Order: sequence, then C-alpha cells, then structure tokens
Amino acid sequence: MVCKSWTATLDTYLDGELAEEEMRTFDAHVHSCASCSSDALTRVQMRRTIQVAGKRFTPSGEFRRRVQQSIAPKRQRSPRLGWIFAAAAVVVLVVGALTSTYVGTRSGRDHVFSEIADWHVATLASSSPVDVISSDRHTVKPWFQGKVPFAFDLPELQNSEFSLLGGRMTYLDQTPGAHLIYDVRKHHISVFVFQERSLPARLDEKSLSPKNLSFNMETWSQGGLRYFVIGDASAADINSLAKLFKTGAS
Amino acid sequence: MPLFDQLYNFARWLTQNREEAEDLVQETYAKALKGFSSFQLGTNFRAWMYRILRNTFLSSRTGLRAASTVPLDSEDDGPELGVESETPETILTRRSNSQLLQSAIDDLPIHYREALLLCEVEEMSYQEIAELFPFLSAR
Repeated sequence: MVCKSWTATLDTYLDGELAEEEMRTFDAHVHSCASCSSDALTRVQMRRTIQVAGKRFTPSGEFRRRVQQSIAPKRQRSPRLGWIFAAAAVVVLVVGALTSTYVGTRSGRDHVFSEIADWHVATLASSSPVDVISSDRHTVKPWFQGKVPFAFDLPELQNSEFSLLGGRMTYLDQTPGAHLIYDVRKHHISVFVFQERSLPARLDEKSLSPKNLSFNMETWSQGGLRYFVIGDASAADINSLAKLFKTGAS
Repeated sequence: MPLFDQLYNFARWLTQNREEAEDLVQETYAKALKGFSSFQLGTNFRAWMYRILRNTFLSSRTGLRAASTVPLDSEDDGPELGVESETPETILTRRSNSQLLQSAIDDLPIHYREALLLCEVEEMSYQEIAELFPFLSAR
C-alpha cells in the first residue's frame, strides 16, 4: 500500500482508534517506512505540545464562588419545591462529583496509558530509539545509574525468546524513568520503569489499559516501582516478559 | 463542582472572551441542574455536560456567528484554510512554540477548534466526541 493511504490513517492510529488488525498492519508499516515513522514522531510531539498549550485558561476564585452560589438551592415560596430543588442540586453535584472523580481518575489513568503508548510508538519510529545500545543487561543497567532516581534489575534472558536491544531515558509528566526495548520474533516491546509515588495518576493492580489502546500491555507495582510492558506482540509474550521482570525484581 | 475547570477552559476557547465564557459556564450549570431529569444515570456525564455547554454556545449570538463562518459539511476547506489538503494537524505541525500554537488554535475555524480541543486536550474518544456532534460518525 502506498504511503499516501497510510498518511490518511496516521492520526487515527495515533489516537488508538484503529481496529486491532488494522493497528498491527499499520504498526508493521511504520516500522518499515522512514517517511511514515518520521511523520508519526512529529505528530506525537505535536500532540504533546497541543495538550500543554490547550490547557490555557483557569477560572478565577471569584467566578467559581459566584457559580457555586448561583446553583445553591434558593429559598422558594413553596417549601416543597424548595426541598425538591435542593434534592436535585445535591443529586447533580454528587452524581457529577462521583462520575467526574471516576472519569477524572479514569482519565488520569488513561492519560498515563496514553502517554506510555505514545512513547512506545515515538521511540520505535525514531531513527535512534535507544541511547545505550547493548544486549547485555550488565551494560544497560549501570548506564541508568545517576540518570534515574531509583535502581532496578533487568532479568536474565538466557533460555528465553527475548533479546534486549538497549535503553533510553524517558519522562512521564516530568517524572524520569527508564525505557528498555526488547525484541521477540520481530516484535518490539517497550518496558517502562518509574517510581510509583512520582506518577501523575494513581494506578493499582486492577488498573486496566483502555480498550482503545490497540497494544497489549501489562502493568504492576513492585518494590516501589511501577512497571509497564507494552507492544504489539501477543498478550502471551507480553505476559512472559512481565513474568521475567517480576521474577528478576523479587 | 464537577468538570468546572475543564468546562471553563473549553468555554474560553469557544467564546474567545472571558465574560462570555463565564456566562456560558454559569448558564451550563443552571441548565444541567434544571434538566437533570433528562440525564440517564450510568451514561456519560462528561459528554452530557459538554453537550449542554456546546449547544448553549451554538445558540448564542457569538456561537451563531462563529458557526456560520465555515459550514461543517462543506467540501471546501474555506478561506481560513486556503490549501485543499490542509487539516488542523498539518497547519499546527508548522508551529513550534506554545504561544504561536495557542494563536494557531485561536485562528482555527470553530468546528476544527472544538474537535482538536476535545480530542487532544480533553482526550475524549471518537465515540464521546461523536455524542457531541450527532451528525458526525467516528473516523
């Protein structure tokens, strides 16, 4: 398929809105096409800039108070209407607060997952995806010392199908972390490691990646660190690599 | 108040005026309270609030003027865009710093501005955005 057709689908791919099969096909194309991978990287960087620029306006305290007062239940001629109005206001505020807390929590969580997916895509599309190139964990691990505020272990890969390609620094909302890239049967898998307490959203063992992510991903917390394993490899491969990390870190 | 900061930010981008944005947000909350019986519990509260705000804006004088600038289903890109193959994303790719970017977002036709903010800033899914634009189908 010529790149012109792929270009039309690029934004949908980066929004994670392609169907799973299309996602895998597009992913394979991005890996092999310098033009599309460069475009993907540019778009990811631009999306980040738009997000920052878009959150431009905040309401004043005075305006906030004014609105709160305006929607507070007012004295009614009919006490019965007053109670109904007050009850409606309470229900709206409680449902809204609960829903938006859930949505806020979920959107904060989804934001983290979305950032992780963006970094995975952008790094693989880059002409130099790793800063330290080595298949030896004894070379890659010490490279991160002094660069990230934590220590972590890389698993032994002997007798496994995975190979380490290297690593690079990464940031999640200005939180520094480690990004490792593995290969399994021509699929690239990213492993991200961050300090749990520094993350912008609270994640727990029940945090599931959003359905529209179009990658397989596992995440868990261990020893004060939050791990993310993400890629278009099969869920079984993602799970196997995650297990190697869990065993290596214990 | 739920979604207050997000709705205010969105209202400012729509109206491009602080006072109008404040009126818009205040009216949105009043309408939400009044029309709460129409909200189905368990459905998307965020989309419902944004729909109220958007509909209130589009029926205002500023909204009517802004919406009439470029017909949404027009096959032409309109005078603001100029080049046929331009999209909001390709325009913004050319700008690099935040101030220029904000100015560029300001200059986008209203419907492009809305779609960009809802997708990239509010991180709504295509499905959620489609609920606000019932005549659109998700890409």
